[in-house]
Amino acid sequence: MSEERKVDKPQPGVFGGRAGGPAGSLGKPVEKAKNFKGTLFRLLSYLKPQRTKFITVFIFAILSTIFSIVGPKIMGKAITKIAEGFGAKMMALQMHQPIPSMDFTYIGQIVLILLGLYLVSAAFSYLQQYIMAGVAQKTVYNMRKEVDEKLSRLPLKFFDARTHGEILSRVTNDFDNISTTLQQSLTQLITSIVTILGVVVMMLSISPLLTVIVILTLPLYVLVTMNIAKHSQKYFATQQRSLGELNGHVEEMYTGHKIVKAFGREEESIKTFNSINAKLYTAGYKAQFISGIIMPLMRFVSNLGYVIVCVVGGVFAIQGTITIGDILAFIQYSRQFTMPIVQTANIANIIQSTVASAERVFELLDEAEELPDHADAKVIAFPKGEVKFENVDFSYKNDEPLIKNMNIDVKQGHTIAIVGPTGAGKTTLVNLLMRFYEIGAGKITVDGVDIRDIKRGALRNIFGMVLQDTWLFNGTIMENIAYGREGATEEEVMQATRAAHAHHFIKTLPEGYNTILNEEASNISQGQKQLITIARAILADPAILILDEATSSVDSRTEVYIQRAMTELMNGRTSFVIAHRLSTIRDAELILVMNKGSIIEMGNHNELLAQNGFYADLYNSQFTGANLNNEVG
Amino acid sequence: MIKLYRFLKQYKAYIAVIIVLLFAQVLSDLYLPTLMADIVDKGLANKDINYIIKIGSFMLLIAAGGTGCAIFATYLSSKTAVGFGKILREKIFTKVESFSLHEFDKLGTATLITRTTNDVTQIQQVSVLILSMMVTAPLTCIGGVIMALQQDKSLAWVLVVAIPILFVVIGVTLKRGLPLFKVMQEKIDKLNLVLREKLTGIRVVRAFNRIEKERVRFDDANSDLMDNAIKVNIIMAVLMPAMMLIMNLTTVALIWFGALKIDDGTMQIGSLLAFIQYATQILFSLLMLVMLFIMVPRAQVSAVRINEVLEIELDIIDPEKAKPANSERGFVEFQDVSFRYPGADQTALNNITFSAKPGELTAIIGGTGSGKSTLINLITRFYDVESGCVLVDGVDVREMSQKALRAKIGFVPQKTVLFSGSIAENIRYGKDNATREEIEHAAQVAQATEFVSGLEAGFDHQIAQGGTNVSGGQKQRLSIARALIRKAEIYIFDDSFSALDFKTDAKLRAALKPEIANATVFIIAQSVSTVRDADRIIVLDEGQISGIGTHKELLKTCEVYREIVASQLSEEELA
Repeated sequence: MSEERKVDKPQPGVFGGRAGGPAGSLGKPVEKAKNFKGTLFRLLSYLKPQRTKFITVFIFAILSTIFSIVGPKIMGKAITKIAEGFGAKMMALQMHQPIPSMDFTYIGQIVLILLGLYLVSAAFSYLQQYIMAGVAQKTVYNMRKEVDEKLSRLPLKFFDARTHGEILSRVTNDFDNISTTLQQSLTQLITSIVTILGVVVMMLSISPLLTVIVILTLPLYVLVTMNIAKHSQKYFATQQRSLGELNGHVEEMYTGHKIVKAFGREEESIKTFNSINAKLYTAGYKAQFISGIIMPLMRFVSNLGYVIVCVVGGVFAIQGTITIGDILAFIQYSRQFTMPIVQTANIANIIQSTVASAERVFELLDEAEELPDHADAKVIAFPKGEVKFENVDFSYKNDEPLIKNMNIDVKQGHTIAIVGPTGAGKTTLVNLLMRFYEIGAGKITVDGVDIRDIKRGALRNIFGMVLQDTWLFNGTIMENIAYGREGATEEEVMQATRAAHAHHFIKTLPEGYNTILNEEASNISQGQKQLITIARAILADPAILILDEATSSVDSRTEVYIQRAMTELMNGRTSFVIAHRLSTIRDAELILVMNKGSIIEMGNHNELLAQNGFYADLYNSQFTGANLNNEVG
Repeated sequence: MIKLYRFLKQYKAYIAVIIVLLFAQVLSDLYLPTLMADIVDKGLANKDINYIIKIGSFMLLIAAGGTGCAIFATYLSSKTAVGFGKILREKIFTKVESFSLHEFDKLGTATLITRTTNDVTQIQQVSVLILSMMVTAPLTCIGGVIMALQQDKSLAWVLVVAIPILFVVIGVTLKRGLPLFKVMQEKIDKLNLVLREKLTGIRVVRAFNRIEKERVRFDDANSDLMDNAIKVNIIMAVLMPAMMLIMNLTTVALIWFGALKIDDGTMQIGSLLAFIQYATQILFSLLMLVMLFIMVPRAQVSAVRINEVLEIELDIIDPEKAKPANSERGFVEFQDVSFRYPGADQTALNNITFSAKPGELTAIIGGTGSGKSTLINLITRFYDVESGCVLVDGVDVREMSQKALRAKIGFVPQKTVLFSGSIAENIRYGKDNATREEIEHAAQVAQATEFVSGLEAGFDHQIAQGGTNVSGGQKQRLSIARALIRKAEIYIFDDSFSALDFKTDAKLRAALKPEIANATVFIIAQSVSTVRDADRIIVLDEGQISGIGTHKELLKTCEVYREIVASQLSEEELA
């Protein structure tokens, strides 16, 4: 469940999925990459194939910004002209001269120029985003694809050591982050920087002194942001902790709802919840408040600059060192100055967290892969199914040897029963036979060939698996069974289901073979699922079988079917059976007794009984178990 | 969403103050251009430096005042919005805790968790925005219009043209874009699904050598997502440039027509400058509003989901006057009980009648879906019967308080759930004030002592969330200990020995026997060996009792029971 939720992402926002205004992430703690520079360059290297487009985007972004920046200055010229015309008029009025008309040709020209400028700027801006959509999404697509292909080359060791949620979150959340950054933040960064530079240049061209005044307000921005960030991080951290605690409590109480009810613990549960909730509130509103005042303070600094420009500009205008249009232009520039600065600070944060995301993705891409197949790896065309372990050593962790010097010799058609308490590590055997894990020493052979010399795909084709944690995917029953063999016809599938005693129940489903199994395959019973996996194995027609007999959650009638189907399947094939029934165990040619992950005894039923060890104990307890029951009332 | 705001009652005063403060802040922001116009028109025209400085310091004062208001408003709105989130979470959690299993299952654990946590956070964030932007934007817009009109009325028509154009552009873009955003979420889910299946089925994928097929499946979902993302982004690419263009063109138009009016002598330059700034502010505030209108529907989804939880009517409620149980202890009686899951066509249990008394072991056996777990869920009143009645100690369970009823029962569920905390705390969950001796004794009986003492911290060993750091068998033993410590009148073991190996199972049963000798015990089991010695075996088949009696009796009378026995025991064992 927690897995599900980790992947649960808020819907993508219309403006790019990052809610909270331009200062959205300011003041919040930012995740930092371990190797910022290296990761950033590596991330950028993914843009290489689209270099031309990428550069075009940048050029367009710069052009668009420049065009829009020039605007106010030119507009200022129009205003000045108007003011001059106005002044002249006043003068004329005072001097009782004929009133001169305003220079409308000049103003008209400027208006036309402005129209052109803004149109061109908008066009470039649009084109830039248009091209970037392709660049960003294709890049992310390629990266995702690379990750997926990487996953298929990683050894099972990798997957067993991690939760699915962890891996999923990299492919979804981290990529989402990268995609938004590529789509928006990069060009925004360029635009912002160009705007800042352009604005400074334009302001300088109007009045160096006023520019200096505006630039002097810069340290104020920095001061405000830094100070607030320092304070808010503390509260955000507490908030995050409380939120985690709260989520944990909710998750536990909801998953254990039945227990909470059965033991009448609702009140305590609510009490705990309320105390965590109160903590969350205190930290939450403080964090919210502190990050919320960034914008008003920024606006104040911006207004400060505005007022100073008005006053000083006014004084200059009186002195005649600056025109009125220039003041207006200057005011507009000084206002345009704030946004990009806030944005740049914000984007710097975003890029940091993106690089951290990218780093996680790259970590995954750098994981050690399975050993590749030898170039001259073999394919056994008609496998007989003889398996041999010769002096095999194996361990999951280097310091805890699980299997030492194991030797077994399995002939074609034999049944090997694996017995032991739950959690005894029976999957280990599957892991070794199918070469999901590499052995430490010795060798395993199939039909006399070392499995490391067989192509992995070909090796795994020799085996068929019917495990208790049956895996079915979201698709029709037909598709799920046909999974067993590439290109199986419907007729072949049905033959297999008949052999597996699954045909009948499938037919009784409203949609028959076209019934779509839902995500958890909860629309058919556990036993039916098992029948389907048996059918899948029958269709695959492997030389060697690995079966899991445990059927504890299956009702007795279905169990009979499963038993029959399994017997049918095992007929004539070498079978490794994780056994629970006495009959299977007694009839097996070889019994492997496992406990805590390692094989502690092996031999046939009689031999093991004679040894009077763990197996004998186990066997007797099953019989005496019934007797003991007599005493339990 | 609006429905949820009923919980804001206690913050009414705050909200009023916030609105006043924000209005003051908006006014201060709007007043600045007017003052600037004064500087231009009066200060500049009269070349009065003192006047300019005077107005300048006044402007500073206004700006500072506005900021002060904004900060105070932020403080109040943070408290309000976060407090709102707190109230919501509390309401939802309290409500969910009162859910019966039926109501709980109707929605499902995963979504309930999301609703209590993520959805509330979502609402809380939007509330923050509403309390700032949603208030300031319309105020700015209205204020801006008033101020602009004060400067000059005749230029207003430029805005009358610009604003509809702005809305049309935004409307058209969103109309095309929003559906794609929805599709986008579906595509992301699809990609997740494919990947999750790949991960859970990794052994099967590799065993069947279907890596290539899975690669194609992923690639399809991946490129599908990319195509859609590109489409969305291309549509959205129009939005910003178009809006900037409209704003800039509005300014240009104002200059041109303003110039004409100045030439007429009907307008002053300062007014034109102020008007331009007001126009920009108005358009910006409209943009903000639009953005809000995009975000609110998203929060709306969360609000609907939260409301759904809050509005569920409880079907199991305590009677107004709970009847205390008779002085009897441990009597359970089913009188002609039928039950159907809400909305189901068929009854899950049909005319069940039996009674059990202290010292008796009642075993329930039957296939999956035969109604075993349902039957015991009626004893604990996790569900209510459709007809007939369930009596515990002579009183209908519907007439007792749930707390009193459940205090009588020691329940060991089929699916073991432990909570994070120490082992001792987990066992103590069954009895609040249990002493160390009691805990140790319960563990002893449940055969947990051996593995617990093998742990470094012993009983103080911390169980991870979901009990992931103990094995299935160990969890089950702790779960049994937790029930035993209650010294309950009635014990229910719902297939509770499944994860134990033969030896432990046998030892546990032996130790359990004296412990629960005086209690009424119910055991659900799959295997005949577990039930054969019960005082009473209830054989369920598709919700009906197809036989009731001892092992020997049932072998003679009950066909279904014989079938079950035959499928499990070999000939020699039967004999």
